[in-house]
Amino acid sequence: MSSQSNTIETLANQEYKWGFVTDIGADSVAPGLNEDVIRLISAKKQEPEFMLEWRLKAYRQWLTMTEPTWANVHYPPIDYNSIVYYSAPKTKEGPKSLDEVDPELLKTYEKLGIPLREQELLAGVAVDAVFDSVSVATTFKAKLAEVGVIFCSFSEAVREHPDLVRKYLGTVVPASDNFFAALNAAVFSDGSFCYVPKGVRCPMELSTYFRINAQNTGQFERTLIVADEGASVSYLEGCTAPMRDENQLHAAVVELVALDNATIKYSTVQNWYPGDKEGKGGIYNFVTKRGKCQGVNSKISWTQVETGSAITWKYPGCLLIGDNSVGEFYSVALTNNYQQADTGTKMIHIGKNTRSTIVSKGISAGRGQNTYRGMVKILKGAVGARNYSQCDSLLLGDKCGAHTFPYLEVKNTSSQVEHEASTSKIGEDQIFYCRQRGLSSEDAVSMIVHGFCKEVFRELPMEFAVEAQKLLGVSLEGSVG
Amino acid sequence: MALLEIRNLHAKIGDREILRGIDLSVNAGEVHAIMGPNGSGKSTLAQVLSGRDLYQVTEGEVLYDGKNLLELSPEDRAREGIFMAFQYPVEIPGVSNLYFLKASLNAIRKHRELPELDAMDFISFVEDRMKLMDMDESLLNRAVNAGFSGGEKKRNEIFQMAVLEPKLAVLDETDSGLDIDALKTVANGVNALRGPERAMIVVTHYQRLLNYIVPDFVHVLAEGRIIKSGDKSLALELEESGYIGLEETEALDRV
Repeated sequence: MSSQSNTIETLANQEYKWGFVTDIGADSVAPGLNEDVIRLISAKKQEPEFMLEWRLKAYRQWLTMTEPTWANVHYPPIDYNSIVYYSAPKTKEGPKSLDEVDPELLKTYEKLGIPLREQELLAGVAVDAVFDSVSVATTFKAKLAEVGVIFCSFSEAVREHPDLVRKYLGTVVPASDNFFAALNAAVFSDGSFCYVPKGVRCPMELSTYFRINAQNTGQFERTLIVADEGASVSYLEGCTAPMRDENQLHAAVVELVALDNATIKYSTVQNWYPGDKEGKGGIYNFVTKRGKCQGVNSKISWTQVETGSAITWKYPGCLLIGDNSVGEFYSVALTNNYQQADTGTKMIHIGKNTRSTIVSKGISAGRGQNTYRGMVKILKGAVGARNYSQCDSLLLGDKCGAHTFPYLEVKNTSSQVEHEASTSKIGEDQIFYCRQRGLSSEDAVSMIVHGFCKEVFRELPMEFAVEAQKLLGVSLEGSVG
Repeated sequence: MALLEIRNLHAKIGDREILRGIDLSVNAGEVHAIMGPNGSGKSTLAQVLSGRDLYQVTEGEVLYDGKNLLELSPEDRAREGIFMAFQYPVEIPGVSNLYFLKASLNAIRKHRELPELDAMDFISFVEDRMKLMDMDESLLNRAVNAGFSGGEKKRNEIFQMAVLEPKLAVLDETDSGLDIDALKTVANGVNALRGPERAMIVVTHYQRLLNYIVPDFVHVLAEGRIIKSGDKSLALELEESGYIGLEETEALDRV
């Protein structure tokens, strides 16, 4: 039994490979949260008055709220006054080109494999890199500007395009939405902003890379993407963090707005530090992501590959308001060692003939606990609405767990809702069968896991599908065939 | 030198000894049938040859093509040309038969320093083999064994064998669960793959299969030892007298 039943365990015990810390000076405020800290953040970012007001209002609301406890995750209470709410790499002024960016930082990006340099233009990827709280460099901005696409850091958007920010900020995820969203609204330090004007198809994939570097720092980025009538855009975010013994909080908010006939595709590859094999350290990833299909025939598609974080709490959803609008959610969530994930989606059907598709693939290994939680709500006016949900769980080993909590709420009789669920286990029999056909154990596990995730990977932009496969490979097997 | 040389092989699972000194020599081009009652160790022998480490070899040696087989990992055994047709082929959801077989064939080709086949070459190669097994092409695009009937699974095993062209094929109760038509199809496929370069070990409980796959040698296994060897007529003899008939001389006490 020995070596073979160990196969899965060995494969599941690969080390985190992104756990380096970059040694650069940081400009941080003292830990703790009060109105002064918020004023300070707003001042440091040279924000207009309306932003400060918005933050303060959110903060006051947050004070009255309590942390949600309904998720199937367990962690010691968070002391919100021990968190540093602002930390920025030290530079004299904002960098105007890559040459001005701290070379240490660029080295970090190189280790992460982010295509930041000009020669990577061929790759067709524009990267807005967020390092702790400040957006460091935005590439390809000029090229995007030619077609009228605005893609910049959130701080810059607040300064340069205050009207757009004011018009859409908080319209999808209001500051009062939930505990973590309110906290984010009060203290968010940066993030990405994108506006695609009427009729424009964004000529390249947009990408943001987040990384938490400083110790005891919370990262509260905020992303807002607006696709105007007939516009389309595909956006990818990737995340990593160094190894720390303490837990770090990441409470992000993402808002998407799609107007008439617009399409937004939002893909996430999340690889925050998951903690060590004993469950020490790791990121608390408490994120609110929501898209609003405001216009007719609009479409918002979420694809996520979640392999990192000690705890993931995240439900990217769609408000399907416009008639014939479409919402999609494709997810692969992997939990290994002591990782916990409670993730899924919310599809709220409001307009006529709205459609949604949910495909969720949960993989549990080690002592990982993986929960799918999804809500499909079809309101009375959503005549002819349709939903299809599929939730599959794959278990590796016998100490992990998979849980499924689907909520369906249908308020009219002309709608169709389908839900399918399955749970399976990678067995030593399957691995042996593959080995008897000449494949190594690693290739066997990798093949089985990829087979399981295929429907989701298919939805990722080409270049990131490869990255996602690699990541699953590293998180699980070590090498991918 | 024989292709496969088994000498005094002992193997156990947990504390239970199952193989108690097997001696067997198989030459290229030969078909050997291994028969015996339930629990005699037939399937264990097949599993040990393929490298399943549920079983622990405690004594003896196995030489394959001059190499110490017991030192090789299961995948290296496969790459060196050993193929096992499983008694219970497993399902691998989400992985298409075509993709699986291509990965398998290329892993084997790579080991032999042959160029890997691309998708186009592979498909034309495979189509040829499908005709042999009278397989429906749609099976190629379905996930490995997922939702296959018992007959389809067994046929798929032989089809894989046809694609991978092993030097030594071990067929573990390939006839179990097949009706007579499916049995004939599978046997036809196996017979088409017989050749001077290829040896086969056919493990079966029943003589029935051997009407269609006629062996060169028949061995009777009981309590972990080969108690009798002969030509194909031994199988017929067994059919008449049953395994019990051998019990008198060999103190076979369980069925």
